[in-house]
Amino acid sequence: MRIGVLAVQGDFAEHIAILRRLNVDCLEVRLPEQLDDVSGLIIPGGESTTLSRLMSIYNLREPVQDMARAGKAVWGTCAGMIMLAHEITEADPVPLQLMDIGVRRNAFGRQIDSFEQELDIAGLDSRPFHAIFIRAPVVMRVGDKVKTLATLADGQAVAVRQGNLMATAFHPELTRDTRLHQYFLDLAAAPAGGAGRGS
Amino acid sequence: MVDVLTGTFTVKSGHAQMLKGGVIMDVVNAEQAMIAQEAGAVAVMALERVPADIRADGGVARMTDPAIIQNIMDSVSIPVMAKCRIGHFVEAQVLEAIGIDYIDESEVLTPADEVHHVWKHDFQVPFVCGCRDLGEALRRISEGAAMIRTKGEAGTGDVVEAVRHMRAVQDAIRKLQNMPEDELVVEARNLAVSLELLTQTREEGRMPVVNFAAGGVATPADAALMMQLGADGVFVGSGIFKSGDPAQRGYAIVQAVTHYNDPKILADVSKDLGEPMVGISTRSIPQEELLAPRSI
Repeated sequence: MRIGVLAVQGDFAEHIAILRRLNVDCLEVRLPEQLDDVSGLIIPGGESTTLSRLMSIYNLREPVQDMARAGKAVWGTCAGMIMLAHEITEADPVPLQLMDIGVRRNAFGRQIDSFEQELDIAGLDSRPFHAIFIRAPVVMRVGDKVKTLATLADGQAVAVRQGNLMATAFHPELTRDTRLHQYFLDLAAAPAGGAGRGS
Repeated sequence: MVDVLTGTFTVKSGHAQMLKGGVIMDVVNAEQAMIAQEAGAVAVMALERVPADIRADGGVARMTDPAIIQNIMDSVSIPVMAKCRIGHFVEAQVLEAIGIDYIDESEVLTPADEVHHVWKHDFQVPFVCGCRDLGEALRRISEGAAMIRTKGEAGTGDVVEAVRHMRAVQDAIRKLQNMPEDELVVEARNLAVSLELLTQTREEGRMPVVNFAAGGVATPADAALMMQLGADGVFVGSGIFKSGDPAQRGYAIVQAVTHYNDPKILADVSKDLGEPMVGISTRSIPQEELLAPRSI
């Protein structure tokens, strides 16, 4: 099984380092044809406006939408979550509209409001996950077919899953904890289900 | 109740990790900031004057008027950085108070302290600092810098110093990796850095924080050159808004940084960009007017 990591901008190298520690074959994806032989894709943290622009210029939008609709696993972290959303609270960037969620960018404020905290995540063992939020988005609307995996103390959703698709507002790739990457690999290895088929 | 931690080194250096593979552009007003964002910049550096103009004007260069910075912050959704003078911790406090996303403690402004840098651990906001070699970089990191950029020679459009500094950093790391452990103490003393940071650098085989290239990048090929030499991303100062067609050039440099290893794409994006900024050869600048040797 080979996992692609979208490498147009952002912390793709950090995701690849974790996948390598899990002995997974991975590929940096910058052009559409590179998506042909991957079983899953991670859209990393980065600047969502930049990711969006570069995905448009190099015609990456449709192939990513096609692979997600064909049931391949796709995971977005932070900027990646913004890209997977159905709608966002600003006009820019234009998301891929793959998950039935509404997302707000920079939901906690500017960089000085970035934070880290322990988080309980459904589907993992009982140990809390150390979650790092950097100029992070938050899920404002959770669709019927979307399962919330983690919330903050005030109830805001920060990790969600919809069938073969998942999104986290924080950055597991900045920690040494491989559990969410393993969770994603299990999704990628499961038989194709198609977006929106529930969990 | 869950502990929520802000201003940690993890969230400061983590922000720089999100900027990787990106271009940070110097802008002097909201209109330029919006052009930069549209071109795909991952952040903008809010300034009163770009380095080429600071160089031409002479005099004392200080922190930009907070009103100008705030105007730029209000105009874009990408992160906004601003410069304080080296050692001027009150300028840094002012920038933190207006909610800036990153502070560049920069040799491009006139240093306020020729001995000490800002003690950056005291701040919630992250700092980026310049370096000419690994020793300078690790000294800045021990003061709390969460991101490093090579200094290059700002405002020249001449990439030669950026190349020199990036090669110096990479050479020092390669040397470190081949060095027997019992020589590390002396190497730490020679570089005037802590043994701990030096050991960490040796083990990871890279700078402990994100390292961008800066100072003289003017073309897509310059940007890709710095990426192939090992930069994590690129600052472009005067190179964009001192050129004939800033939107087109900015857009091209953004693509060059993503596709830095693909000469065919580099050829495509290098076409029809109009006039580049008028450069000054670094060789022609008198020693005392060079910015990079300030406060090491």
